[in-house]
Amino acid sequence: MTFFIVSIIKAAVVAFVLLTALAYLQWLERKVLAHIQLRVGPRRVGPHGLLQPLADVIKLITKEDMMPSHVNKVFWFLAPFIAVLFSLIPIAVIPFGTELSLPAINLGPVHIPAITTAMQLTDLNIGVLFILGISGLGVYGVALAGWSSNNKYSLLGGLRSSAQMISYELPMAMAIAAPLLALNTLSFRGIVDGQAGFFFGFLPKWTIFQVFPFNIISFILFIIAAFAETNRVPFDLPEAENELVAGFHTEYGSMKFAAFFMAEYCNMVTISCVATLLFLGGWHPPFPAQYGSSFLPSLVMAGAGVLCFLHAMSPARPLDRFTLPVVGVAFFALAGVFLIPAVALPLMPIIWFSAKALVILFVYIWVRGTLPRFRYDQLMRFAWTFMFPVAVVNLFLTGLVVALMA
Amino acid sequence: MDALLFMIFAAIAVVCGINLVVQTHPISSALSLVGVMGALAALYLLLGGEFIAAAQLVVYAGAIMVLFVFVIMLLNAGTEHKGHRTWAKYAGVPLLLVFLGIIANLIANRLPASENVVFGQFTKGSPLEIGRALFTTYLLPFEVTSVLILIAILGAIVLARKEID
Repeated sequence: MTFFIVSIIKAAVVAFVLLTALAYLQWLERKVLAHIQLRVGPRRVGPHGLLQPLADVIKLITKEDMMPSHVNKVFWFLAPFIAVLFSLIPIAVIPFGTELSLPAINLGPVHIPAITTAMQLTDLNIGVLFILGISGLGVYGVALAGWSSNNKYSLLGGLRSSAQMISYELPMAMAIAAPLLALNTLSFRGIVDGQAGFFFGFLPKWTIFQVFPFNIISFILFIIAAFAETNRVPFDLPEAENELVAGFHTEYGSMKFAAFFMAEYCNMVTISCVATLLFLGGWHPPFPAQYGSSFLPSLVMAGAGVLCFLHAMSPARPLDRFTLPVVGVAFFALAGVFLIPAVALPLMPIIWFSAKALVILFVYIWVRGTLPRFRYDQLMRFAWTFMFPVAVVNLFLTGLVVALMA
Repeated sequence: MDALLFMIFAAIAVVCGINLVVQTHPISSALSLVGVMGALAALYLLLGGEFIAAAQLVVYAGAIMVLFVFVIMLLNAGTEHKGHRTWAKYAGVPLLLVFLGIIANLIANRLPASENVVFGQFTKGSPLEIGRALFTTYLLPFEVTSVLILIAILGAIVLARKEID
């Protein structure tokens, strides 16, 4: 019984955090892109545009949901659901930290027993394969959307997407298989446990540092394939706006469009989490605790607080003189809270995990602001004549090194 | 609980299988087949075959069926036209009954008496066990199969090239 209640609470927390993160990821993307292009980005709704995601959601919900007359109705309705469903499921096997222990609580008649639970919805023995399988099904959403819209631009977008996802799934699977040879497990928790500790006392035993040059190549191959799998720049051929209007989701509006949008960002979050767990050591810190890695979050937050006060001295607009010091004080309070060991210790893994995942998400946005789009033949040639052979050779050499060291 | 889940997924598999035959549009049929694959993967998982379940999803539902759908979309195949094969209408049901009867007879008489399947009893479905079996006990069949698949791929390329010329 306790197991069921705890599971439901965990699922609710994960769903809430994930959906909020998706909304704010979009805000972050607009802000970062704007700063790359020397603009300021959204800043009308709320301070620094922080309420912009909420405004976007309200806008999308209240828009008219119209259906074109020529579409294949069943599949046209089904496609956004498939896309969202298979992008949300993989988060169930991703561990965010070690374990959470809550003490027993006695409040008069209410008695809650002490709970120790893993910071993960479920730990599958085949977690990595599960993610590969489920995210592979997500292509049906895009392909069906393109086909059922009965529109040549949509159809081309759907076809491009299916071909691209099948092609890049191969190098991606091989790039994942190479580090697994050394780690010897398919469960995400086991994978992260295999990366604990440090070489020479300071270099973390993350996968990318393990089988020396080969796992770095795997990591780069994985990141490139991940960009292609999530249909992001420079591989966003399925929705290339100057060729295909909006690609597979041209005929969708309102919440159905939002569903595709959500699926794309959710896939980005999942892939970033997988990259963190597989290659960047999950929740293990980048340098040992005796050199003060537990104080880094406090330091960063104190720095952010100081930055807020500095900006408040020369405000960009009158209101900033009052809002920025409040934010700064909040940052200082957080910095203080993280100095308390009872609070910091259980939260430390989550902080490292999210920090690494956020770095990868930032790279996604950075690349979008920097690189131009591939041409379609270049995209396919790159996958089959460069990535695939390199991945095969890399897998072979990794296997050789692992076998020689065993 | 296990028996209930088995019933649900078996029912999904059967319904999708029937739908595959009944539907007239190729895309609907292909997606029904994906449904069968997914339900089968769930059944494998219930029986303890974790790796087979994942492979079923990755290979069949995630790659092969996507290619099927891709080709159907590319050719823009329309709805099938029903022919006037009246004899099939009348002979189909009796033939199906005879076929089912033969299978039931075979299962009842020829197969060795098997004990009931217990969910969770089979524990050798992990990738580790399967890999070990494939590369020790079944090494020769495994390698021969891979060569066979390679030949099939080469054959497909040869046939496809001829058609272009």
